[in-house]
Amino acid sequence: MATSTPLAIEATGLVKSFGDTKAVDGVDLAVRSGSVYGVLGPNGAGKTTTIRMLATLLRPDAGSAQVFGHDIVKDADAVRGLVSLTGQLASVDEDLTGRENLVLLGLLLGLRRAQAKERAGELLEAFGLADASSRLVKNYSGGMRRRLDIAASIVVTPQLMFLDEPTTGLDPRSRNQVWDIIRTLVAEGTTILLCTQYLDEADRLADGIAVIDHGKVIAEGTPAQLKASVGSGALHVRLLDPEDRSEAEQVLAGALDAVHLEADPAALSAPCPDADRAAEAVAALARAGIAIADFSLGQPSLDEVFLALTGHPAQDDPADPSALTEAEVA
Amino acid sequence: MSVNPTTTPRSATTAAADIALRKALASTPRPPRASAFAASLAFAWRGMLKVKHVPEQLLDVTITPVMFVLMFTYLFGGAIAGSTGEYLEYILPGILVMSVLFTTVYSGIALNTDLTKGVVDRIRTLPIWKPAPLVGSLLGDSVRYVLAGTVIIVLGVALGYRPDAGIGGVVAALGLVVIFAFGLSWVFTTLGLLLRSPNAVMNAGFMGIFPLTFLSNVFVDPETLPSGLKAFVDVNPISILASASRGLMEGNPDATDIVVVLAVAAVLTAVFAPITTWLYRRG
Repeated sequence: MATSTPLAIEATGLVKSFGDTKAVDGVDLAVRSGSVYGVLGPNGAGKTTTIRMLATLLRPDAGSAQVFGHDIVKDADAVRGLVSLTGQLASVDEDLTGRENLVLLGLLLGLRRAQAKERAGELLEAFGLADASSRLVKNYSGGMRRRLDIAASIVVTPQLMFLDEPTTGLDPRSRNQVWDIIRTLVAEGTTILLCTQYLDEADRLADGIAVIDHGKVIAEGTPAQLKASVGSGALHVRLLDPEDRSEAEQVLAGALDAVHLEADPAALSAPCPDADRAAEAVAALARAGIAIADFSLGQPSLDEVFLALTGHPAQDDPADPSALTEAEVA
Repeated sequence: MSVNPTTTPRSATTAAADIALRKALASTPRPPRASAFAASLAFAWRGMLKVKHVPEQLLDVTITPVMFVLMFTYLFGGAIAGSTGEYLEYILPGILVMSVLFTTVYSGIALNTDLTKGVVDRIRTLPIWKPAPLVGSLLGDSVRYVLAGTVIIVLGVALGYRPDAGIGGVVAALGLVVIFAFGLSWVFTTLGLLLRSPNAVMNAGFMGIFPLTFLSNVFVDPETLPSGLKAFVDVNPISILASASRGLMEGNPDATDIVVVLAVAAVLTAVFAPITTWLYRRG
């Protein structure tokens, strides 16, 4: 989609507090038009609050942002004409059917009734919801609800779409479906701001990623740059007996650097550049007589990215006040 | 904890679905914005769809007034007016007022319930006339008001009520009551946005509307009341609305009453509609 402004989002020093908690504490973002931009962080990092400010749902306490050159506060109505939001809570009406939801949005976006009906039918078909179209949304599965939610966001093609954790809680199949939809949307020219807790997801979809923690952007770059900053991959080992973990830690430390104990009491991981080193490390464990339940060589997890960037794990701590605040706001 | 590196092989069966998806996702030109009227109407339609899917929700707004008609007519009618038939003549327009006004509290409760759901976020980010979601739901609710009123009138006729002004008078009275209810419902939508739970809205709403209804001429002729109370009852807008409805149904409408009722409805709307809209947008 051609636009005279090269940046879809330009945010400078966004701040938002709830009571004493600074949910967002000086976020800068620059999102190129036509790209997928990932905002990666644990629960309570300030992702949702940032999205809500950019989508004109919350007024920033300080800082400013433009969406395609329109100020999100002074020119909020113009921004609303360009964006659509798929929130963390499904942003569809549970008391209506899938079809009614889409027809309603079509009408509200300026389609005539016949056009709205036709568009609803087309989207239901494309999103595999045709059979469920006259069922109430409250009876939909999580994956169906998400797809309807995304369909609702594109009844009229937005220039910028906010997706807040679109695959959280979905099974792998539904997840892949959502990813396919996102890829197709981008190919058609929509810019997407994607909030996610999964590095994996950001890696697959995003052209650029900002890692956010405690309301601040702590790292920014392409997925490749980000992964390079934490090493190319990691060996994950799960032991049969958690009692063996400290011994396993010593053995692994001999073969690999920076062994990290996972939250799971039987699991450990360590950055590992290639399969040879992984094989050596696993062999060393076997020689030491430590029984392994399973092991894998994979991308660094969000936990590891956080550990590398901040020195603390990306814990999902319900006692974290910022997590609570964000949950209340959402 | 292992990150599963599954790739998504696209099988032949998904190819057709892929084409449908691409077609649906192909960017479409943005239509001109929905007019204020079209957007409000769409929200009114949404309200009616909810009634269509859960018709039971109309029970709470119809059963109470029906009970009141039966209870007051047969229990107190003889004692208050000498005979049940005569009392029915007096009370029916009043019960019509009461039942419709009670229904307005539910508009506030419904709005409060709506706020807890994710769909409000989407509505707030739509490029539409700001009051449209509220005006639309209240227009949809007006249909419920008409329904609640009709139930009472039909019940009254079944019990022997015969309005002197005939159908025209009854329709005029119902229309007036619904217009007043539309104005009053803005008070409850404001409450609905200020209070934390649907229950709180219900309690606060009925705590206000209940005494106001009883301290009016809906149930008794104020002539017998102590002077202080009578003074209040005489200026209570609900009394004036009940008198105006009686006048319309009996064929001797009082122009002053009707004008006062319309003025009160206009003032309530002028004050509370902007407050509601502001609170709704503020989030």
